[in-house]
Amino acid sequence: MRKTSWKALILGAAGCFGAAAGLGFFAFDYGEGSSYFSTDPRACANCHVMQDQYDSWQKAGHHQAATCNDCHLPHDFVPKYVAKADNGFWHSKGFTMMDFHEPIQIKPRNAKILQEACLRCHGDFVHELVPGSRSASAESMQCVHCHRNVGHGARH
Amino acid sequence: MNKAKPDGEIPRKRLARLFLLTAIVSAAATAGIAWLLTTMFERKAEAMNPYVRLVEVTENTTDPVQWSKNWPRQYDAYQRTVDETHTRYGGSEGEIPESRIERDPWLQRMFLGYAFAIDFRDRRGHAYMLYDQQQSKRITERPQPGACLHCHASVVPTWRRLGLEAEGRSLADASGFEWQAVMSGFEKMSTIPYHDAHAMMLATPDGTPADRPPEEQTGTAHPVSCVDCHDPDTMALRVTRPGFVRGIQAFADSGKPAPHLPSIERWREGDRSRPYDPNVDATRQEMRSFSCAQCHVEYYCGPRTTLFFPWAKGLRMEEIEAHYEETTFPDGSAFVDFVHAETGAPIYKAQHPEFEMWSQGVHARSGVSCADCHMPYKREGATKVSDHWVRSPLLNVSRACQTCHAYPEDELLARVHAIQDRSHALMGKAGEALDEALTAIVNAREGGISEEALAEIHQLQRKAQWRLDFVNAENSMGFHAPQEAARILGESIDYSRQAQVTALSHWLTRDPAAGGSAEE
Repeated sequence: MRKTSWKALILGAAGCFGAAAGLGFFAFDYGEGSSYFSTDPRACANCHVMQDQYDSWQKAGHHQAATCNDCHLPHDFVPKYVAKADNGFWHSKGFTMMDFHEPIQIKPRNAKILQEACLRCHGDFVHELVPGSRSASAESMQCVHCHRNVGHGARH
Repeated sequence: MNKAKPDGEIPRKRLARLFLLTAIVSAAATAGIAWLLTTMFERKAEAMNPYVRLVEVTENTTDPVQWSKNWPRQYDAYQRTVDETHTRYGGSEGEIPESRIERDPWLQRMFLGYAFAIDFRDRRGHAYMLYDQQQSKRITERPQPGACLHCHASVVPTWRRLGLEAEGRSLADASGFEWQAVMSGFEKMSTIPYHDAHAMMLATPDGTPADRPPEEQTGTAHPVSCVDCHDPDTMALRVTRPGFVRGIQAFADSGKPAPHLPSIERWREGDRSRPYDPNVDATRQEMRSFSCAQCHVEYYCGPRTTLFFPWAKGLRMEEIEAHYEETTFPDGSAFVDFVHAETGAPIYKAQHPEFEMWSQGVHARSGVSCADCHMPYKREGATKVSDHWVRSPLLNVSRACQTCHAYPEDELLARVHAIQDRSHALMGKAGEALDEALTAIVNAREGGISEEALAEIHQLQRKAQWRLDFVNAENSMGFHAPQEAARILGESIDYSRQAQVTALSHWLTRDPAAGGSAEE
């Protein structure tokens, strides 16, 4: 009898978790979850919220040189996946609850990542022009303040 | 676990609780994931199906209720145009809009001799365009032509019906838009009295009740409706107003610079074997302005000749003035809107040249259309939809402005208000200048001025009023093209003061024996 109780509990729990996990895997696949581990820009427009940003990137000067991840994520492995998880959570929450600001605006911590990405390629060229361009402190001038259209053409 | 017995036995009660807890946690997780799945499914469905066509709509379906069954998102927003909104310089609240001639007495004096001197009010939303027109004393107390309905009603099927009936056909025989019949019906309805034209609209079927034959679908006229801007088969944007089609053709022929309308420049470079046709040549982005420019423009509405848009010499204020100066009515007399009651000057009345003013501004030059600011895109789930609640961008700054201008809402509003406050102050100065000029002209007339000298002053008054009214009637308080508006008002003040000085000098040098007595 006692052994049966243990078995029942384990079986029951396994069944419950199994069902939830199965549904979870299905939802992950249905939501094209694995694409978010890729560098394909189309993944960023999966849920359509970023469609305008994706379209305008295609018309922008950096289209040939950089994809979403190149500018919007850190390049080191751990910070990159931390930023992916952080943004992934807030984007999913925003789009599910529909409670985000329109038009979409970049958050300060993502603006910092963006500025660091600009400097990663262009730092040597601008370090004598822009105060603080060696680091992306809050006070330093942001490249995109003037060069708004390099990543996303015309609008956005 | 310290409560467990040595052989691993767990008390029954605790076992049951553990079992229940596990089940609840799993159930909650499963329910959460299932809910997430359904929202994902909904979003994907929204992204796939912009609309489902449930009912048929045709070229003659002017009742938007029919269209609403297929395009509920657009209709929901369109209905919001009944809301009473106002900004610092536009809009209104209350039963009927506030009177502008009571607020600014110089406006009433400027229009003396014309119906605008008896009734001129603030604007309301699209939903009121027909109702407010019928309430205006300009319509109830003065005879007006059917041409007024060119822009205040969903009138095209009535033109089509009249055109087809003149050919011995009926609305049921129509295939497609029937431009020729529409044009001939428009010509016919332009010059007949307003109330007769309105009755003709009531006799045209509007598409509801949908299950009844066309004869039973009559009796209602609608303000601007879906069919006025959209092709009922493809939903593509199109223009339907004869005044605009002819006007933009004339502008294309004029050869005047049109950097903000690239399809016109492209047509000019071609062989010009056929007239410029906005429905064929214009880009989608241009159509997002042209559909508005069917009405939000300067025009002559009648009754002395058919309604026309005065664009044959260009879209700028003095090019329109030159068009009028070279226009004669069919009876051979010179073009005029009205004769000023106090001074006898022939006057051109400006309507609401929003398209023309926008054409001179930086937004047009940057490729920004009317709809980009007045009907900006919004998100409903995963569907991107153009906001059919047509309204001032100042009531919708985040979507209308921040899409391009990444600055805080307060800062953007402050910039617009700075422009509008300056325009308003300058317009007040121009109004004062005109008021004083009119007094001087009245005095000079009473003092016995020669006809030639008076004719010269009349020209100055006409130019001053045309310029002042061009900014006054334009709905943006200078914002559509701030420098152009200021330039025009500056010229207006100049002409008013010239008229005043000339009139005053004639009055001071008058022959007391010949003239009557004037105020001193």
